[in-house]
Amino acid sequence: MENRDEIEDLVQSDYRYGFSSDIDSETIAPGLSEDVVRSISAKKNEPEWLLEFRLDALKRWRALPDPDWARLEIPPFDYDAISYWSAPKSMADRPQSLDEVDPQLLEVYEKLGIPLKEQEMLAGVAVDVVFDSVSVATTFKDKLEEAGVIFCSISEAVHRYPDMVKKYMGAVIPVSDNKHACLNSAVFSDGTFVYIPKNTRCPMELSTYFRINAENTGQFERTLIIADEGSYVSYLEGCTAPMRDENQLHAAVVELVAMDDAEIKYSTVQNWYPGDEEGRGGIYNFVTKRGLCAGKNSKISWTQVETGSAITWKYPSCVLRGEGSVGEFYSIALTNKKQQADTGTKMIHLGANTRSRIVAKGISAGRSNSTYRGLVSVHPKAANARNFTQCDSLLIGSQCGAHTTPYIESRNASAVVEHEATTSKLSEDQLFYCQQRGLSEEESVALLVSGFCREVLQQLPMEFAAEAQKLLGINLEGSVG
Amino acid sequence: MSNPMLEVCDLAVEIGGKRIINGMNLVVPAGEVHAIMGPNGAGKSTLSYAMAGRPGYDIVGGDILLDGQSILGLDVSERAAAGMFLALQYPVEIPGVANMSFLKTALESLAKARGQEKQATVEFMRQVKAEARALQISEDMLRRPLNVGFSGGEKKRNEALQLAMLAPKMAVLDETDSGLDIDALKIVAEGVNRMRDPARSFLVITHYQRLLDYIVPDQVHVLAAGKIVASGGADLARELEESGYAAYEAA
Ligand SMILES: Nc1ncnc2c1ncn2[C@@H]1O[C@H](COP(=O)(O)OP(=O)(O)OP(=O)(O)O)[C@@H](O)[C@H]1O
Ligand SMILES: [Mg+2]
Repeated sequence: MENRDEIEDLVQSDYRYGFSSDIDSETIAPGLSEDVVRSISAKKNEPEWLLEFRLDALKRWRALPDPDWARLEIPPFDYDAISYWSAPKSMADRPQSLDEVDPQLLEVYEKLGIPLKEQEMLAGVAVDVVFDSVSVATTFKDKLEEAGVIFCSISEAVHRYPDMVKKYMGAVIPVSDNKHACLNSAVFSDGTFVYIPKNTRCPMELSTYFRINAENTGQFERTLIIADEGSYVSYLEGCTAPMRDENQLHAAVVELVAMDDAEIKYSTVQNWYPGDEEGRGGIYNFVTKRGLCAGKNSKISWTQVETGSAITWKYPSCVLRGEGSVGEFYSIALTNKKQQADTGTKMIHLGANTRSRIVAKGISAGRSNSTYRGLVSVHPKAANARNFTQCDSLLIGSQCGAHTTPYIESRNASAVVEHEATTSKLSEDQLFYCQQRGLSEEESVALLVSGFCREVLQQLPMEFAAEAQKLLGINLEGSVG
Repeated sequence: MSNPMLEVCDLAVEIGGKRIINGMNLVVPAGEVHAIMGPNGAGKSTLSYAMAGRPGYDIVGGDILLDGQSILGLDVSERAAAGMFLALQYPVEIPGVANMSFLKTALESLAKARGQEKQATVEFMRQVKAEARALQISEDMLRRPLNVGFSGGEKKRNEALQLAMLAPKMAVLDETDSGLDIDALKIVAEGVNRMRDPARSFLVITHYQRLLDYIVPDQVHVLAAGKIVASGGADLARELEESGYAAYEAA
């Protein structure tokens, strides 16, 4: 893309603000080297250009510092201790039935009303599961094909749609954007590719959940979504059930591109294992997500519900280049026990009449720490740019922390940037009132928190919203009183 | 006289170590309406919170019985499930939670706690709309976040709506009349009168005789300095209107 360097510059300049299946089943020995990268590429039978892309990333990765500006305490990480090619676990290594699965996890599945078959899948039980979703997925596929929508794994797309993948991979998030994204570029395992043709409204919500073959792409997942002129797609990622993973480090990359008059709505529910009371064993979720509003009047909207992981480092952002383009970020970040989250967004206004809206709700309980970190940047050509930011923090108990770090840089006098922030404690009056009317303490907390998050929950597709609401309640159990 | 619905026996309540209710006795028989009057700061709201089980209102002596059972061992929501309802002097705002969904959640929680089937949604909708109409609460108010931006009088009318929907055994109304205009007062009083039932009792806390013209109490008690200092029939309220509390406060 002709503007790749331009974007790289723009994004780099923000660092001072703190933004600095048919696969072989053997496992590559732990450690990161050129050989490892070569063998990943070879296993996937990748074209030369992609191998070069990976090797280039590896070289840059070595030179990049760990991002250290977030308000996170990250224990030192040994990159040579992880295996960068983890084949699916053998059936013998897995739990043989739900009887061998952590009862606490099962309790949560129960509360979420997850069917047994899915519980087995989520808990990684060794059974030959014939998913209902397989047949569902097939009907989906037919419908999508009819509309001309491409929805497949990145590995498949590399072979079937090389031009598009080559053109856009790394175009929104440059390889050396940050250390975590760079690592992903070198070793990404698999992920999702979506293309919506011109003037097409994707006939259904796309969800990774329905993509067979999705197993085992968790650690270094890579997603690329391209919405061509006048198209629309809504994409759902993740699932409300807590997922366990042997891999502690997760460094995903998600790139979105919206052409003229196109709209992408990207929703995430993230509920990876947060670790025990002390945060031990929890996932480190270091994700780089960015959307480019390339065309005029295009729109990209991020909605996220982040409740899991021991450490969350995540800033889904929008580069608003097309004239009149719109970026949105709706976020709920809930931390409990010893969880840490440093999350927010960057809205980079390049084009005239661009607009952005940020609504971030942080809930901290236990001994957790949560930070909203946001950047609204208005460039000289972005005449009449508008931003509205609303950051609300809710504290439960007295041992947790909530922080708001909004950066604003405006280089166009006609821009209007508004910021509102509140911090409140879960009020005893409200708890008493709910309980007096018959709600249990847990039900009361769940209701009050979902009220606090309503603006964001409303952005989620309906069934997802109800589940997310339940999830918030479950993750706060026992945090009051 | 029928069985007592509420018995307060030699009750002592402290807030942060400070004695507020001191040796209080009160019996409300099933099916009766009793009124409590008394000067500001006498402990009326404290009594109502203590009955509801609010944390921080420490019961340091005596007992409270609801329908013959002590409720001291129950927490706030368990007492609600046992049939205790408190219309607050200052209803609380709950942002982001629609009035109607709050009611529905409350009814479902109560049903669950009591081991009952939950009400069908259609039936709930019909009932809530009928009760709201009777209390002249607009459908718009049913959809708005609970109490947020409601006027003082609207909040009180909404407490009456919750009372009607939750249909408790024992309803304590803490100054539900304060803030109501004359017309609203009549509407709320009619609502309470419709609910009078041999299996339900009311304890109505008020400063004004006017309310008791519409909700005629079986007994009136005067609460001063943490205990009941006088009890009588509906006439007592009228006497107080004339003479004030001076005689009781001196005592
Ligand atoms: N949290 C508290 N800490 C200390 N004292 C309190 C607290 N809450 C109430 N009190 C005191 O307890 C006493 C009784 O208060 P309460 O609210 O029960 O009075 P009341 O009879 O309802 O008055 P009013 O008619 O004004 O509503 C008052 O002196 C009040 O200041
Ligand atoms: Mg009072």
